Amino acid sequence: MTENHGCRGIPVHGTVYGVALYAGENMNGQPQGPLNVDRAPDCAAVPSSPVLFIKPRNTFLASGGTVKIPPAMTEVEAIPALAVVFARDSRRLRAEDALNALYGYTLAIDLSEPVSNMLRPPIQEKCRDGFLPIGPVVVPRQSVADLSGVVIRLAVDGKEAVEFKVGRRFQSIGKVIEAASAFMTFRAGDVLLVTDSPTGPRARAGSRIAASADGIGRLECVLRNEEDLK
Amino acid sequence: MKRARVAYQGAVHSAVLASDEASLLLGNGETVRFDDVTWLPPLEPGTIFALGLNYRDHAAELSFKTPDKPLVFLKGPDALVGHNGASPCPTDVRQMHFECELAVVIGREARHVRGRHAYDIVAGYTIANDYALREYLEDFYRPNLRVKNRDHCTPIGPWIVDSSDIADPMVLDLRSYVNGELVQQGNTSEMIFSIPEIVEYLSDFMTLSPGDVILTGTPKGVRFVQPGDKVVTEIEGIGSLANTIVREVALEECEQVSASGARS
Repeated sequence: MTENHGCRGIPVHGTVYGVALYAGENMNGQPQGPLNVDRAPDCAAVPSSPVLFIKPRNTFLASGGTVKIPPAMTEVEAIPALAVVFARDSRRLRAEDALNALYGYTLAIDLSEPVSNMLRPPIQEKCRDGFLPIGPVVVPRQSVADLSGVVIRLAVDGKEAVEFKVGRRFQSIGKVIEAASAFMTFRAGDVLLVTDSPTGPRARAGSRIAASADGIGRLECVLRNEEDLK
Repeated sequence: MKRARVAYQGAVHSAVLASDEASLLLGNGETVRFDDVTWLPPLEPGTIFALGLNYRDHAAELSFKTPDKPLVFLKGPDALVGHNGASPCPTDVRQMHFECELAVVIGREARHVRGRHAYDIVAGYTIANDYALREYLEDFYRPNLRVKNRDHCTPIGPWIVDSSDIADPMVLDLRSYVNGELVQQGNTSEMIFSIPEIVEYLSDFMTLSPGDVILTGTPKGVRFVQPGDKVVTEIEGIGSLANTIVREVALEECEQVSASGARS
């Protein structure tokens, strides 16, 4: 696998899976209590295993790209993610072996309309064209000496909006891969988006968004009203 | 034309159904018997969409109100398994049920497709069996991937029928059989959201591309299956898709392997 094996500057080609909820566990494996209880009043309990979603291929956007926002969409959430890329087909991995199955890392910004409900979020909220800026390149795992020390900073219009310390989710990476690979295959080139929160800073048409992390790179995109682009 | 992908003598082949309807014509002109091939999913999928609760009687059966917008979820490629394949049922699951569904294969890249032009972007149709495992359903991002993105739990095939060979995909009978007994019957005319409506809905916010496939939902007829059961899902004008439920080998039973993937 090379660092740039996708198309049009998109450095990945597999299926991209994201984590919506981490099954009520924080990095130490301690119960964290109900997640999103304010947003999902109809949901009875914390999920018993990680809740995953898929960002389909139409959402992939190369760094520097433009995300078209329909005029009626007043706000977009921008969730910074560590995108971990699998080196080989992986099934039934143990958490402690999970990192060894990875080729490397890149950055992603999981764009979404604010999620309307956790029971059945309409895919149109997360799956619009261009709603997953990803890149700029996949950095081999060996070149990141201390993944748990990586900090991903997300800036909106040049102002730092949120920072994601990967260490907060470091233990979760293996746990999510173990739980998911118990029932499905991660193929070589597939991606898991590791995030800190199911919500993110808000942006809107006209915003410039950048995610950056030392040793991994800088990923940028601009949101534009699609009417202005016609 | 009916187009399949098969493995034969160690290689993957594209094939079409021969005129005798009992053998396959490989790309190299060779004719092979059904029994001599392994059936693969008839396409290497792009994005796999599936609809929940798209038949009124099925929504009522599961005590859900009729949705006002298509309820769409996504699957990854390894969910698929070909005709005559096996779908594993975990040992702790008693509520695994089949779902016979018309699958629509997209043939052209398209965005903002009006319903009346929707069929212009359809390459063809096949049959899917979108198994669900009700024990694993949770009220977050329903239906969750643990239920609907399990390896090999979405049989599809045996082949793709060219769209030009199906005069009207919205009037096709669907039937499912378990061990030869008819257990599910419906007609695509009973869909809540028709193929043109689904294509218009999806392409309003996303680009559809060749190889994308849309599983259009299942009618009433939930019936639990168990290891050993042979499940056949049929759609008029397309064919008959067979699948066997097998017991999933528990992790603890697996041979210890030190290579990637399995436990070391």
